Amino acid sequence: MSRGAQIGLVAAFLLAVLVAVPWAIEASGRWDLYYTLTSVALLSIASAGVWLTFYIGRINIGQGAYALMGGYVSAILVVDYGISFWLTLPAAGLACAAVSVLIGLPILRLRGVYFAMVTLVLTEVARLAALALPVTNGAKGISNIPLPGGISLFGLTLIPDFATLANVKPAFYYLAVILMILCFAGMYRLVHSRLGQLCRSLQQNEELASSIGVNIAYLRVLAYAVSSFLGGLGGAIFIAISRSVYPSSFAVQDSINFMLNCFLGGLGYVFGPMLGTLVLYFGWDMLFLAGQWQLLIYSSVLILLMVWLPNGLFSIRLPRRGGGQP
Amino acid sequence: MEQVIANGLYLGAQYALIALGLTLIFALMNVLNFAHGQMYVLGGFVSYTVYGQLGLPFVVALVASAVTLAVVGALIERFLFRTVIRRSHREESTMLLAAGIAFFLDAVILLMFGEKQRGVPKIMDGVLNWDFRIIMPYDRILVGTLAIAAIAGFILYMQYSKTGRALRALAQDRVAAQLMGVDVDRYSMIGFALGALLAGVVGGLLVTITGVNSGIGGPISIKAFMMVMIGGAGVISGAIAGGFILGMLESVGLSVLHAYGDITYLVIFASLMVFLAIRPQGLMGKPWG
Repeated sequence: MSRGAQIGLVAAFLLAVLVAVPWAIEASGRWDLYYTLTSVALLSIASAGVWLTFYIGRINIGQGAYALMGGYVSAILVVDYGISFWLTLPAAGLACAAVSVLIGLPILRLRGVYFAMVTLVLTEVARLAALALPVTNGAKGISNIPLPGGISLFGLTLIPDFATLANVKPAFYYLAVILMILCFAGMYRLVHSRLGQLCRSLQQNEELASSIGVNIAYLRVLAYAVSSFLGGLGGAIFIAISRSVYPSSFAVQDSINFMLNCFLGGLGYVFGPMLGTLVLYFGWDMLFLAGQWQLLIYSSVLILLMVWLPNGLFSIRLPRRGGGQP
Repeated sequence: MEQVIANGLYLGAQYALIALGLTLIFALMNVLNFAHGQMYVLGGFVSYTVYGQLGLPFVVALVASAVTLAVVGALIERFLFRTVIRRSHREESTMLLAAGIAFFLDAVILLMFGEKQRGVPKIMDGVLNWDFRIIMPYDRILVGTLAIAAIAGFILYMQYSKTGRALRALAQDRVAAQLMGVDVDRYSMIGFALGALLAGVVGGLLVTITGVNSGIGGPISIKAFMMVMIGGAGVISGAIAGGFILGMLESVGLSVLHAYGDITYLVIFASLMVFLAIRPQGLMGKPWG
């Protein structure tokens, strides 16, 4: 793709999500779509983190743990300490990143299914810890979290106080979408940088990379920390929207969904998680009409998609060769 | 204390049987079967229908569970996993498929059997009471014994039958087995069916004690993953060891830690992560699986 076409695509995407979608929603009066799309944007941020761990060759089914932790950090700071929501966002991300470094140092030595299973267990640990720790208020969770306040600089209102807005949904939509754009722009930059090349060398062969002089221990912890940062960020905003957090807010199911989003979009494509999240979340929502058949249809489609396109939705563009052989 | 050990052994026998199926599938196909817990639930419901609803003897129900699951497993391998493994660039893609199958089985079970907790009449009455030191109902003892017998039968089968030898060869080195004339496709299917069969047998056994409901598939899968990790993925002795160790930990943990509330699992999980940090391949696993 030429540079001009790329810029055109990006501009069209930005125009679509920032102008066209809100306009269409206002025009059609389907306000509930704001919530759906906001969720998609947030979940795709967390999924992008999972995708990055896939990029270094690790199957990460533990993103739910960091999303939950990010949510709790933000909720506790806002409710118990009265800190502005906007400050708790980076705090939640950084806290998750710090914890992930501690956890990652030992467990990133694991590979393949071992790593996958440990991270799956990690989600369960996070849920049980949230139940047991005193600061998280146990099974009752934390509810009635106040809406994000405003930010003003020199008397100029940069972000209005969410509580004063007549309709808070578009505000959260813009917040989530802008963060999503920043996140994926960052991911794109990361993957196409020297660091991204090094990460890909880990995916292919860690011993070889190490023998050439790549600091694999540092790189994989770094990638895992970035991944957890994104998980915490997504979780924190999600909690701010639902205004309550419980130990079951992010469970094993969510961790698996984050992973499925990446698979469905395609592991070889930076924007795979975004597309995967959109398709999975919307598909699930639309199938609500099918009532009791919802899960059956959803899972059948998932299986069929996997049988036809095992390399993700984005792989449709790849030229087909005989017999579907890679 | 005797009671705790007896409980641990009883739990361990069932857990080991669950973990065996999972580890077998993993060893043969390098597939992490997310749907294992759902297969277990399906086995439980088949037994519930045959034994609880139709009133046929329990043995028939157990065989029905085993056969149903073996057929389901074989079909899943033949038509889904084989296709995806052949077409996919990365072998992790099978995990999405496995998760999809788990959802699918969940949906089927929910539609066919509803969401209620189902139980069946006891297969045996009476309680063993050894001087109030060990108190254990007879049906639990029977189920535990059957589970151990199934494990022993499985080991003998793997050790001495032709199929077992082919499966072990496949697990050791797929390419080498193929070069030696093992029909890889056929034995992959048999292995997957065997793994699913084991899940069905445990489901059929346990429905007589704990009953079954459609929501327990996921938690069972997670427990099975833990056992496999403790013992080492893809190793049969490891799965058995992992099952008994987890059963023991649970039994001891519940009796020692119950004063501190519901933290047994938190402690088990946390110690598992520390253990894996020291010994990533589990007790008996090959490094890097």
